[in-house]
Amino acid sequence: MKGEILIKNVKLVDGRGLHGRADVLIGEGRILSLSGGEAQTEMDATGMILSPGFFDPHAHLREPGQEVKEDLQSGLTAAARGGYTDVVSMPNTSPVVDSAEIVAALKKKAAQIGRARLHPAAALTQGQEGKALSEAHLLRAAGAIMLTDDGRTNEDAGVLAQGLLYAASWGLVVAVHAEDAGLRRSGVMNEGEVSFRLGLPGNTSYAESARIARDLEVVRYVLDRLTAKAPPDRLLHIQHLSTKRGLELIRQAKQEGLPVTTEVGPHHLTLTDEALNGLNPLYKVAPPLRTQRDVEALIEGLLDGSINCIGTDHAPHTADEKALDLLRAPFGIPSLEVCWPLLYTELVEKRGFPLEVLVARFTDGPRRILGLPPLHLEEGAEASLVLWDPNTQRPVELQTFASKARFSPWAGWALQGWPVCTWVEGRMVFGAMENEGVG
Amino acid sequence: MIFKSKLLNEDEVRRALTRIAHEVIEKNKGVDRLCFVGIHTRGISLAKRLVDLVEKFEGKRVPMGILDITLYRDDLSEIGLQPKVRETRIPFDLGGKAVVLVDDVLYTGRTARAALDALIDQGRPSRIYLAVLVDRGHRELPIRADFVGKNLPTSKSEVVKVKTLEDDGEDAVELWEVEAS
Amino acid sequence: MSETATPSFPKHLLDFRDWNRRQVESLLETAQMMQEVLARPVKKVPALTGFTVATVFFEPSTRTRISFELAARRMSADVVSFSGTTSSTVKGETYRDTLRTLDQMGIDAYILRTDAAGVPHQAHRWLRKPVINAGDGWRAHPTQALLDAFTLREKLGSLEGKKIAIVGDILHSRVARSNAELLPLLGATVVACGPATLLPGSLPGATLTTHLREALHEADAVMVLRLQKERMEKGLLPSLPEYIAAYQITHERLGWARPGAPLLHPGPMNRDVELEGTLADSPQSLVERQVANGQAVRMAVLYHVLVGKS
Repeated sequence: MKGEILIKNVKLVDGRGLHGRADVLIGEGRILSLSGGEAQTEMDATGMILSPGFFDPHAHLREPGQEVKEDLQSGLTAAARGGYTDVVSMPNTSPVVDSAEIVAALKKKAAQIGRARLHPAAALTQGQEGKALSEAHLLRAAGAIMLTDDGRTNEDAGVLAQGLLYAASWGLVVAVHAEDAGLRRSGVMNEGEVSFRLGLPGNTSYAESARIARDLEVVRYVLDRLTAKAPPDRLLHIQHLSTKRGLELIRQAKQEGLPVTTEVGPHHLTLTDEALNGLNPLYKVAPPLRTQRDVEALIEGLLDGSINCIGTDHAPHTADEKALDLLRAPFGIPSLEVCWPLLYTELVEKRGFPLEVLVARFTDGPRRILGLPPLHLEEGAEASLVLWDPNTQRPVELQTFASKARFSPWAGWALQGWPVCTWVEGRMVFGAMENEGVG
Repeated sequence: MIFKSKLLNEDEVRRALTRIAHEVIEKNKGVDRLCFVGIHTRGISLAKRLVDLVEKFEGKRVPMGILDITLYRDDLSEIGLQPKVRETRIPFDLGGKAVVLVDDVLYTGRTARAALDALIDQGRPSRIYLAVLVDRGHRELPIRADFVGKNLPTSKSEVVKVKTLEDDGEDAVELWEVEAS
Repeated sequence: MSETATPSFPKHLLDFRDWNRRQVESLLETAQMMQEVLARPVKKVPALTGFTVATVFFEPSTRTRISFELAARRMSADVVSFSGTTSSTVKGETYRDTLRTLDQMGIDAYILRTDAAGVPHQAHRWLRKPVINAGDGWRAHPTQALLDAFTLREKLGSLEGKKIAIVGDILHSRVARSNAELLPLLGATVVACGPATLLPGSLPGATLTTHLREALHEADAVMVLRLQKERMEKGLLPSLPEYIAAYQITHERLGWARPGAPLLHPGPMNRDVELEGTLADSPQSLVERQVANGQAVRMAVLYHVLVGKS
């Protein structure tokens, strides 16, 4: 069998587990064989690990309308550098992504760019104004993979309920930014000892748990109202979980069998509100960085599967914007390019978090939320892959970023696990290695 | 109800109808523009018989219609259940026709009165005759039949039942008594 | 004179809760007889001479009101017509006061249409006179269901075992509810289909689905409901193009039903919204028959509800 690329002597890790070494032959967009073969190009991947391409269910790519912060070109390139083959883009742009035309245009442009694949999320309500429902059927037909008013919170439970009911009938999952606008007040950081000491307005963790509790009740109501014969297996996705209490509520709901899923971002697994002691708006994010107790609970939740996956919530802003004061700077931390190495280093290397579980949370987890089949390293599988280096340690270097947001809370951190090559359907979309062999 | 007696048997009914048919033809001076309209329910079978007899005697089959007078009754608000509204079908133009309305029994005259109203709502015949198999008296309205099979004086507690071959399996006119309570 | 007794009928028509199959079929047979009256040059019978019937429409509707008024006049009743919009305050009292005032003028029966469910039941209690429900809120519109059933039987014969699909805003539709109540009485099965936000959580007498294809699959007839623009204003429906893309009955989609399956619509129709415009004029559309049959059916209803002692 003649293929295009042969990845030699590489360790395989996917959502199913650790699979030992293999010689992976890729051709025609697929994995042709795990036991080698002839190829046009060969690469020696000794010491490296091959995983299915990472899937980010939550990134702000700022197109259309906010391209000064990021655009599809820079964002999808950054994603590919981070080992991502697939990204779900959030619709809180200008204009909001609430029409089939915009969804189709985004998909078309992303295809032309040819880096990580784009799966646009569309708004749950028109203009994300929280009143009229968006055209779920037409949006899905145009390629929208999820509905969300992320960027805003869903204050009106009735509208959320109607939105869930309607989205369910079209097989679309609804993602929510679960924070109670009233309880969160104008908090710029977690409400707690640090915020009280620093004299900054705080956003209590109860804003998140109260909203999650409400949304779980709404899910129970919607399940009652649905006239489908079988209840859906996916319905509500709670974004960027940040609290222990929120996690407890979700864990309980899942045990009850509610069709609820959730994600956690790299910042909520590696940073706490203590970071704000430096009074740097770099660390201003919504929901805010919480306490070490929350971090420990979230890592536990990631391990036991109560948290389905990692979602970066990549939130690029301009340097000028993040240079505003703590009250006025926009919320958000970008992380597409560093998320995998960060979590590999901080969780797997430093804490012994099982590698295959982390890989599952980057690959199978997000796909399951969106109703997509899992992607594993097997013969015949689509060759959307990431080859990464668990050993070489390198600091986070902002100047290498493809993202326009060249700032990071983890600047200078020494990390391992850097992606080396990323392929989408057998085509290399990021490559940091010289190609060897015939060619 | 208790059966009292058979007033007309099969042959007597047949003879009465034959005579009525002849009388109609005579009165109308032939079958020109003649037609029969039977009143639900037994009037219909009797009208059919008359049409057959006229055809037998004069060689021409005159048109026939059926009439339901339920919606023209003057006692609708007094009865308990609503009587069933049945089919009215007069598949020819009544204009200029000589119509023979046919019913089984002429009693108070109210049915005949209703039939006249119903018929006139259907068109404008040039003449309307009334033919009945039995006239039992006790008129409450100034109505008379032009052709009568048999005059049978009765008392108000009695009921005259006309039976036809088509509807009941035999031709007969029977007298029944309403049971005293 | 010989008489066939009809089954006795309730002295009102509010919905079909206290009706059985025999009564319904008997009424539909009477409606057939009324069709003959309507085919005459003089479309009148004296059955309701001396009756005064009031149409009291608190919710505007020209078509239904005219249909009832003509039906009553054709039965020789005197007709009084009251149309009003409800005041926004204390609706219950306004209805009751209006009806009681009218009642002082010697009305024998009421034909009532209101935006609130249950007013005909209340009226029946306030006035102790026959009340015919011409549509109360989202709850019931029994004469519509009767004329729909009558029209379907004209085309399909017996409705026993037939599958009737109803498509549209089921949640707010009294036409859907009354048909879901009546059609199973005649042996039919009803499937009600619409967007998830416009379906009730449950509906006795009907299976509910958001899948149009499933609803139309081998349906013997398709009833299409009118989409009201205000549903979008209330945030329940995203937009017209969305509804049209997912639920409009087109030639192609009608092909999912049985060949020749007739189309019904209670009117007035939004052409090219709930229904492809060309389908509305096609031979499969029975909409004109529905209107014509509405007359005969309402005459039959007036006959059975008003005539005879209670």
